[in-house]
Amino acid sequence: MLSLPMLFFLSLPILALFLRISPAGLLENLYQPEVLQAIGLSLGTTLISTLIIILAGTPLAYAHARKQFRYSRLVDTLIDLPLVLPPAVAGVALLMAFGRKGIFGAFLSNFEIDIAFTPIAVVIVQVFVAAPFYIKSAALGFSNIDQELEQSAALDGASSPQIFRFLTIPLSWSALLAGSAMSWARALGEFGATIIFAGNFPGRTQTMPLAIYIGFELDLDIALTLSVILILLSFLALFIAKYVLNRDWMSS
Amino acid sequence: MRFKEVFETRHPDINVVISFAGSQQIAQQLSQGAPGDLFASANSRQMENVINSSRVVENSVQEFVHNKLVLILPEDNPGNIKTLGDLSKPNLKIILADESVPVGAYSQEMLAQASQNGGYESEFKSKVLANVVSYEENVRAVLTKILLGEADAGLVYASDAAGESAGDLLVIDIPDEINITARYYIAPIDGSLNKQIALDFISLVCSAEGQEILNDYGFVGLAR
Repeated sequence: MLSLPMLFFLSLPILALFLRISPAGLLENLYQPEVLQAIGLSLGTTLISTLIIILAGTPLAYAHARKQFRYSRLVDTLIDLPLVLPPAVAGVALLMAFGRKGIFGAFLSNFEIDIAFTPIAVVIVQVFVAAPFYIKSAALGFSNIDQELEQSAALDGASSPQIFRFLTIPLSWSALLAGSAMSWARALGEFGATIIFAGNFPGRTQTMPLAIYIGFELDLDIALTLSVILILLSFLALFIAKYVLNRDWMSS
Repeated sequence: MRFKEVFETRHPDINVVISFAGSQQIAQQLSQGAPGDLFASANSRQMENVINSSRVVENSVQEFVHNKLVLILPEDNPGNIKTLGDLSKPNLKIILADESVPVGAYSQEMLAQASQNGGYESEFKSKVLANVVSYEENVRAVLTKILLGEADAGLVYASDAAGESAGDLLVIDIPDEINITARYYIAPIDGSLNKQIALDFISLVCSAEGQEILNDYGFVGLAR
């Protein structure tokens, strides 16, 4: 019984949001151009950023799980850091790195490439803040694999890519999938760093969280509609992650 | 803060405490019963909210200063902008405040006036808006991003630009015919125990000396 107050507290705001807007109103708002634009941009950018996180994060997670780094704790801390940084810090840091006058951005400006205020900036922010979720989950999955399995496969003549493809990934796929879902959900909800580094422009950098924030002052119905959709998508992602992980535990 | 200094020098027994925040926020706090002796608002809407919640009596409100828009550029002027009219050149990066904040709405209004009767081409506003890369959620974000050189030009209040040291920012005035006037209001809080002191403070702000101080901070003092 003591568990109920907290559960109630956590569910109440979500419930209140859903009660505030009727399904008919929701459908009506859904077809407003700014709503569709924000949803499209959010889905597009988070899909790309999640793919980048998987492609670039998997080697890092593997190397980290196999303790290939000399300063393993330091690497672990660096990976964790974006999780605890305030979004504003991440936004300012990315601006200093990739902004027009930033360390790397100034170099790119020589080639007439500007990243800030573009959808690329949105993707960069999402990769930065969401990658740790995938990397941590994947590293945990990799480190749970019995290394003797990989070693005996190598003795039988399997190449490293073969071992990774046919042994490591199948054995850890649930951790990889769960991590991807977590990263995707985090990328979808990213707000603070995006508005600082990518700015706010409908259809270009105004993702769902930004449209909700601006909508709160201009048109509450739009904010409510997007909030409901965002919650549904996030819930789905987290639920999938937990379902996949849970099933894997029960079968092993 | 200059007002606090000046006022306390004249009333040695008084300690002035100023709470700075967006007008909307302070109006909200006052409406919820927050204590205070006077309220200064950056627009009439928030003063009306406080009147509606009976914290201020309508006939005690006075307009005390104006503000206007200026065009700001990074010090190295990457867009090579010399006048407001240059904002319609293609391939510029312009930052405005979003229409949901007053300065953003004023920016749109000013650009519309320029297109209609300011001696600019009729597509001026749409050409300028085509160069906008971001609609920021507050005016300080516009200022900071221009200071950082992330865009070529931005529109902010004159008082925001005046707060920055001259070397970091280029400021271009906007002709009065097309500029907007942001009106600021001040009033004592009804039922405050320090009402006379609040009225003295308001007199100071509205005096020639007070208006001079406001001019120093980039506002437009009222000629009386």
